[in-house]
Amino acid sequence: MQIRKLIDQRFTWSWLNKFGPFLALLLVFGFFVTLNAKIATATALEIIMQQSVIVGIAALGMTMVIITGGIDLSAGSNIAMSSVVIALLLDRLGIPPIYAAFTGILSGLFWGFVNGMLITRLRLVPFIVTLGTLLIVRGAAKGLANNMPITVGETWLSNLLAALPAGNKWLLFPAGAWLMIALAALVSLLLQDTRIGRHIFAVGSNEQTARLCGIAVGRIKLFVFTLGGAFAGLAGVMLLSYQEQGDPAGAVGMELDIIAAVVIGGGSLSGGEGSVVGSLIGAIIMTVIRTGCQLNGWPTWVTQLVTGVVIVVAVAVDNLRHRKAE
Amino acid sequence: MVEPILTPPRFEMRAIHKRFGATIALDNVNFRVHPGMVHALVGENGAGKSTLMKILAGAYKPDSGRMFIDGIPFSPKNPMDARAKGIGMIYQELSLARHLTVAENIFLGREPVRWGCLDQKKMLCLATEALKMLGHGDISPNVKTALLSVSEKQIVEIARSLAAGCRVLVFDEPTSSLGQKDVLRLFELINRLKGQGLAVVYISHFLEEIRQVADNVTVLRDGAVTGTSPVKDISDESIINMMVGKKVSELYPRTTHNTGEIVLSVKGLSGSRLPRDTGLEIRKGEILGIFGLVGAGRTEFARILFGLDPVKSGSIKIGCFSGPYAPKNRWAQGVGYLSENRKEEGLAVQLSIADNITLSRLKNMGPWHIILQERQNKKADKWISVMNITCQHAQQKVSHLSGGNQQKVALARLLHHDVDILLLDEPTKGIDVASKAKIYEILSDLTTQNKSIMLISSYPPELLGICDRIAVMCKGKIVKVKSVREWENHQLMLAATGQRETACKSEN
Repeated sequence: MQIRKLIDQRFTWSWLNKFGPFLALLLVFGFFVTLNAKIATATALEIIMQQSVIVGIAALGMTMVIITGGIDLSAGSNIAMSSVVIALLLDRLGIPPIYAAFTGILSGLFWGFVNGMLITRLRLVPFIVTLGTLLIVRGAAKGLANNMPITVGETWLSNLLAALPAGNKWLLFPAGAWLMIALAALVSLLLQDTRIGRHIFAVGSNEQTARLCGIAVGRIKLFVFTLGGAFAGLAGVMLLSYQEQGDPAGAVGMELDIIAAVVIGGGSLSGGEGSVVGSLIGAIIMTVIRTGCQLNGWPTWVTQLVTGVVIVVAVAVDNLRHRKAE
Repeated sequence: MVEPILTPPRFEMRAIHKRFGATIALDNVNFRVHPGMVHALVGENGAGKSTLMKILAGAYKPDSGRMFIDGIPFSPKNPMDARAKGIGMIYQELSLARHLTVAENIFLGREPVRWGCLDQKKMLCLATEALKMLGHGDISPNVKTALLSVSEKQIVEIARSLAAGCRVLVFDEPTSSLGQKDVLRLFELINRLKGQGLAVVYISHFLEEIRQVADNVTVLRDGAVTGTSPVKDISDESIINMMVGKKVSELYPRTTHNTGEIVLSVKGLSGSRLPRDTGLEIRKGEILGIFGLVGAGRTEFARILFGLDPVKSGSIKIGCFSGPYAPKNRWAQGVGYLSENRKEEGLAVQLSIADNITLSRLKNMGPWHIILQERQNKKADKWISVMNITCQHAQQKVSHLSGGNQQKVALARLLHHDVDILLLDEPTKGIDVASKAKIYEILSDLTTQNKSIMLISSYPPELLGICDRIAVMCKGKIVKVKSVREWENHQLMLAATGQRETACKSEN
């Protein structure tokens, strides 16, 4: 009898584990639909996806970082830096967009690598290191751009996150959103089905054990921070596409949205837990709240209030789930 | 030298020396274990057992001495290296990644891969096989390890060591958090491993366990081997003598205490769950033992007395006080509480010895409210020498001390505060014999200074050895209080389980 109960319990809670964030999304979405059915139209859905892309892409990297028990506070600055780099290359040097975009991603990768090196080589705490690089990168971006937004002419980059033209509505979402979904699938595969993925979880779950079992803990951390930086760089490409300018003062505080997305999606700041799909859903939940509030004509302070409540509720439910499971 | 076996030892440590600063941790230690043998390593805390095993596991380097595995020289660079060469450690605090599944933990760091992806099927298959080999096919390899019981986690850890190809397994106090049934299953498993030709090192405080599971025993004292012998050729008494250098009969200081007026009286006391409607009196200068099974409500009783949990009904009178009862008031009334949970509750292990001892009474450490470290150290030094705490200096972190010394620090806090009533919850749990003896000696001394002690313990010989009266608790109620002369070991047990003569009615 007891064993039976235990199995049931394990089953239900693991089920909730997998579909919990999705359930939360349905709840939030359902709530806004009852208030205003407009949010369920194709246009509204397109906008929601479009607006989730920047946070969503950065959240892919942040998920990995958080699973290892780390955190990256410099993500927002990194996104702005990438957009500035691309804008400079396009505007001042006239470099083809594809190379400019890659350089933007490389800039993100570089700063992620710097974070990783500082954390693993100097054995510093991620929170402090990235708090430092948050300011360093932001300052450098402002310096590079002379503290002014750099507008860029229209290229195909701008279409990445633009609303779909009337003839192309069958695509459902803009290209950037599809790119985010494809990358999410890749990262999910990496985390679930490769050795390095298991090692990322092991490092966050029990670093000592991971080290004892011969896992190169330092290299795993360097890897996730570097890759996390690259994703922030790509998010910078999207920022540029959306705003059509490289803005050194853009994406301020966005790292908090990104972290919130991961946490709503089931990530644990103490490491060992997190899922890519969850994080994406987390990002989308926050956009749904924002869009829903706007459609109802509610002021931004309501949006912030509701988002805050959702974050706290998500973490509380997660905590409850853990206590039940053990 | 001991057993007439012709096979070479599985591993051998020869003339190992190790010193930390001025203290000699290991002095010319020889230790070897043959394949298919279980070798127990005993000694009080601080005798050098863990240092010796850390050297074997590659965590420390010996200052001199040589090691061999199957006759091949062995000098591990670090724990990973030692593990790769066949040394598996099963630690007290289990080291699994709780977010990963059983199979993932077993193959952590050596996952089977196909086409760059994890070969989940093969991993599950191999894990199931490994668990079956250990006689624990009932553990599902797909479950996250956070959901397993302690004994199951231990099995997974053993499976992991075997999957890594370990030929030597070191068990460090493996039964400390297991129930009776699981202990038996563990012993079966160890026998099975023995049959497969592994060499097993078994570290434990419990001599009965060693008798059940080990073939040979080596005793360490103060960093040197005091004896090695087949278990069947040596008596418990001589093992203890080798460990302590002291006769067992000297362990409990048997003095009669002159008890005075009542200092603590409890009437009809109930808490939110436990205890239930119970009463008790403690007199000046007496040691009152409280015996009971786990879950009888002894800890809850002590916590309520000290004001850590709320009183639902009933009264507690301490001396002439019967007013408010927060821990802060209790300290002021001269009551001190020693938690059963030394590491989590009793001590701030990241702070220094001096900080821990003086934490509850930081007065007179300097002008105004300033704390002069010099004065704090001076106070602490006094207790370090009185209680014989083995440490480098008063500013050393408590986490660096052995269990017995940590417990002495926790007790020293009550002495520094100079409380009159000491509520002690399992003060000798999990500590070495010498520290126990010292604590008994101090408790006995305290009674001559007219202090009163309430001693909660699950170990009858200890209660019978040092108490004046013993109260037995059963299902939240004190069912019987008698003078120690009228108690016998089996009567304590009977009363605690609520049988026969005792009127311990089950209330629901």
